[in-house]
Amino acid sequence: MTSVIIIVAIALILSILYLIFRIGVLTNVMNGRYQKIVGIGNTINSFLFIVVFVVGVLAFYLSFMSASKYFLPEAASAHGVRTDLLFWVIMSVLTLAFLLTHAVLYFFPFMYRFKEDNKAYFYPENHNLERIWTIIPAIIMAGFVVYGYKEWTAITAPAPQDSEIIEVMGKQFAWQVRYPGADGKLGKHHYRKIDAVNEFGIDFNDSASYDDFVPMELHMPKGKNVSLQIRARDVIHSVFLPHFRVKMDAVPGMPTTFWFTPTITTAEMREKTGNPEFNYELACTEVCGRGHYAMRFLVVVDEPADYEKWKKSQKTWASLNAEYVANKVNAPKVLVDKYLKEFLPTTAQSVTDSTSIMTPSMDSTTVSMNVVKGM
Amino acid sequence: MSAVNLSHSGADAHAHDEHDHHDLPWIRKYVFSEDHKYIAKQYLVSGIIWAIIGGLLSVLFRIQLGFPDADLSWLKPLLGEWIQNGKLDPEFYLALVTMHGTIMVFFVLTAGLSGTFSNFLIPLQIGARDMASGFLNMISYWLFFLSSVIMMFSLFIKTGPASGGWVVYPPLSALPQAVNGSGFGMSLWLGAMVLFIASTLLGGLNYVTTIINLRTKGMTFTRLPLTIWAFFITAILGILSFPVLVSAVLLLIFDRAFDTSFFLSEIYIGGEALHHEGGSPVLFQHLFWFLGHPEVYIVILPALGITSEIVSTNSRKPIFGYKAMIFSLIAIAFLSFLVWAHHMFVSGMNPFLGSIFMFLTLIIAIPSSVKAFNYIATLWRGNIIFTPAMLFSIGLVSFFLSGGLTGIILGNSASDIQLHDTYFVVAHFHIVMGSASFFGMLAGVYHWFPKMFGRMMDERLGYIHFWLTFIGVYLIFFPMHYIGIAGFPRRYYSWTGFDAFSTFTDLNQFISIAAIITFVAQFIFIFNFFYSMYKGRVATANPWRSNALEWTTPINPGHGNWPGAIPTVYRWPYDYSKPGSKEDFIPQNVPFSETPESNFPNEVDEI
Repeated sequence: MTSVIIIVAIALILSILYLIFRIGVLTNVMNGRYQKIVGIGNTINSFLFIVVFVVGVLAFYLSFMSASKYFLPEAASAHGVRTDLLFWVIMSVLTLAFLLTHAVLYFFPFMYRFKEDNKAYFYPENHNLERIWTIIPAIIMAGFVVYGYKEWTAITAPAPQDSEIIEVMGKQFAWQVRYPGADGKLGKHHYRKIDAVNEFGIDFNDSASYDDFVPMELHMPKGKNVSLQIRARDVIHSVFLPHFRVKMDAVPGMPTTFWFTPTITTAEMREKTGNPEFNYELACTEVCGRGHYAMRFLVVVDEPADYEKWKKSQKTWASLNAEYVANKVNAPKVLVDKYLKEFLPTTAQSVTDSTSIMTPSMDSTTVSMNVVKGM
Repeated sequence: MSAVNLSHSGADAHAHDEHDHHDLPWIRKYVFSEDHKYIAKQYLVSGIIWAIIGGLLSVLFRIQLGFPDADLSWLKPLLGEWIQNGKLDPEFYLALVTMHGTIMVFFVLTAGLSGTFSNFLIPLQIGARDMASGFLNMISYWLFFLSSVIMMFSLFIKTGPASGGWVVYPPLSALPQAVNGSGFGMSLWLGAMVLFIASTLLGGLNYVTTIINLRTKGMTFTRLPLTIWAFFITAILGILSFPVLVSAVLLLIFDRAFDTSFFLSEIYIGGEALHHEGGSPVLFQHLFWFLGHPEVYIVILPALGITSEIVSTNSRKPIFGYKAMIFSLIAIAFLSFLVWAHHMFVSGMNPFLGSIFMFLTLIIAIPSSVKAFNYIATLWRGNIIFTPAMLFSIGLVSFFLSGGLTGIILGNSASDIQLHDTYFVVAHFHIVMGSASFFGMLAGVYHWFPKMFGRMMDERLGYIHFWLTFIGVYLIFFPMHYIGIAGFPRRYYSWTGFDAFSTFTDLNQFISIAAIITFVAQFIFIFNFFYSMYKGRVATANPWRSNALEWTTPINPGHGNWPGAIPTVYRWPYDYSKPGSKEDFIPQNVPFSETPESNFPNEVDEI
């Protein structure tokens, strides 16, 4: 019933508007508006440009002031401070250009609105003028290119040797991180080794894999270089660390990397922002499907000492999944014995023997069953 | 569509037997027409319908973004199962974003803009009876129509339309396991795009051929209106770049249907490792943007051409720097092929390429700024008449400036790191490419409506439409920059999951309300358009007192455009307010011998 009333009401309003419009047209015809080149509308429109400009600039200023507290949240990385400066330098030049050109663009229509006894000034070209406004933008652009190029090459230079290596892997719809452990080397991986348990596809034929650990948060040391080894296992994702000014796509089949230096710990940032709940976050910025907007991962920046302590406290992935490594992935017995013996129940040895003869097809069935349960 | 009858009502009096198609059956006149004017109208009406659909989709996702907690059950009659428990389905949200982009970029601003005005204006402004091949022209429209039907159909299938973003990056777009929209919906998307590209190519070849071969006597290239220059260069851009998209689309179809691995490698999804190895998703991005970036200019250049013509006419002044305008068009077009990878600074490609593309990208700012300055110089000391078309043209210049400026930040690879794929990008291209081209299109409709339908649109409704839309666009997209600078990523169904993006809920609400109002304001135009088609004031022969050749045709030009011989052209199209001349305009077909009072010394020889 209400919808009928709404429809009737809208129809009434529309027909009233139509009548007003119709009467307006007829009045205009009566007044001989269409005999003249321009009507009163010309003056109103020209005046509106000035109004829009003045109100617009005011609105720009006020809205900018009220919104700017959220702009570019404090940069927590060394290069981030520099790209922020680059941004604001360019932005101020652009704002100036924006205001100047718009002042002229909105003022001229008002100034040179049609007047019956006026004749426009026949002015088809002026090469000097055109040269000037070709060269000035060219010089400014050249400045921006040089400035940007300097920062870009510094940011994308190869990571320093002493960088902390951390692997970040995107999947639908979560991030996962892997640390190289005590040996400082990430174990090899292969996408065919991925299953519901071994989400990274870690290759346990590689002895470097055994001390890798997979924490639930991304920890980074303050003041040290961090080199992210980025990959994806299903579709393209993109690593976005807003506070660190870091963005790099995670591409299946093509590892990417980004290195930077965190400069503010989580604790310090909590103090600075006055927000005891503050946390750094990792987000996805390449559309990856249904859960794209929900790929949040917690990031923590520690003092270097705390970071080392945290690293020591982490259990290796192999030890937490010792039975899986020993039984499911055909890991070499020597390596299992060397790294995982203490984590395996004593009976496990026999289990190893029985499962190692499992046929590949059975193996894959168990995996897919796991996945079904997991979903 | 019977409205278009009007254009034939005053048809020529059988002066041209070879062009007199009045004995054609109804279906050849009003459906499968080969008349360029009629095909233009078909494109225009299709474009308007698509624009309403594309706009409606954006309103739907703006409701989600502005009012994430709202109960949307009332949309159930429209969206059915896409509304679950009063909430928009996140996958359908992605589908909305994807289809909005696809529809607006391709179906509205490419087909609707180039298709309408290239078809309508090229023969009329260069003095030709029709396109070089009316038949191919007809095929071009009907391929577009078929493509439209397929794209439209994909909106209604159960798994939903394509939903990997309008850029359809694989593997997301290649794997139905990744998102439902990559199933049948994506197949339809790809099929529709192949047809669309075929249509664009046929159209483009026709435009180029016509402009080169069918110019009337005296219509040299340096006497072409800037509209024609813009359409010419746009058509060449399309011919060179769209085939590359076909290659990308074909390879993607191969990956999807025939298990090849062009773009797929080392993928584990849905609990299984796929066999694809050695492909590169980044290769697709290169192929896509090799079209995708010229496409931006395919969309904006016709709008620039249209508005150059309108600004000059209504300032009653020659366009400032006619040759500079042409050279900057050519420079922009040339450079547009060399900047595609600025969309990929953080895609993982070699950072050295990033530096090269930053350099090339920023060069484009130079011809673009020349164009903007020349517009402003044209306004200077003019005698400006604010027709709705003129208002929209000034609006375009404003958008071209403000949107172009932010491009300088995004083109800088170092500052792009933070802003890439945030709302800053969304704001940037919606102003410079979306709104600017839209304004060019609307300006064109207001300006050439009298020629299309023999009647005038109501100008007061045009004024209201302009101011609402102009202010509306800025209210929508200006605050969007703020949201982008704060780091909000694109294509997010909701931001509340992140501490970093949980601010600005009020601003997002504001943008949504502005978007809805602006969308509703477009119905003023729709009403004006269809009302004036039947009941508008009857147009005079040259209502804007313009110089260009199309106004020398009868008010309702019939087949063949001119009842008698095609007029000869003696001068460039911008002799407005020439010193010494009584009138403030001298049409192109007026010989110098008739205007001794206003000829310049160098023009005396041309008598």
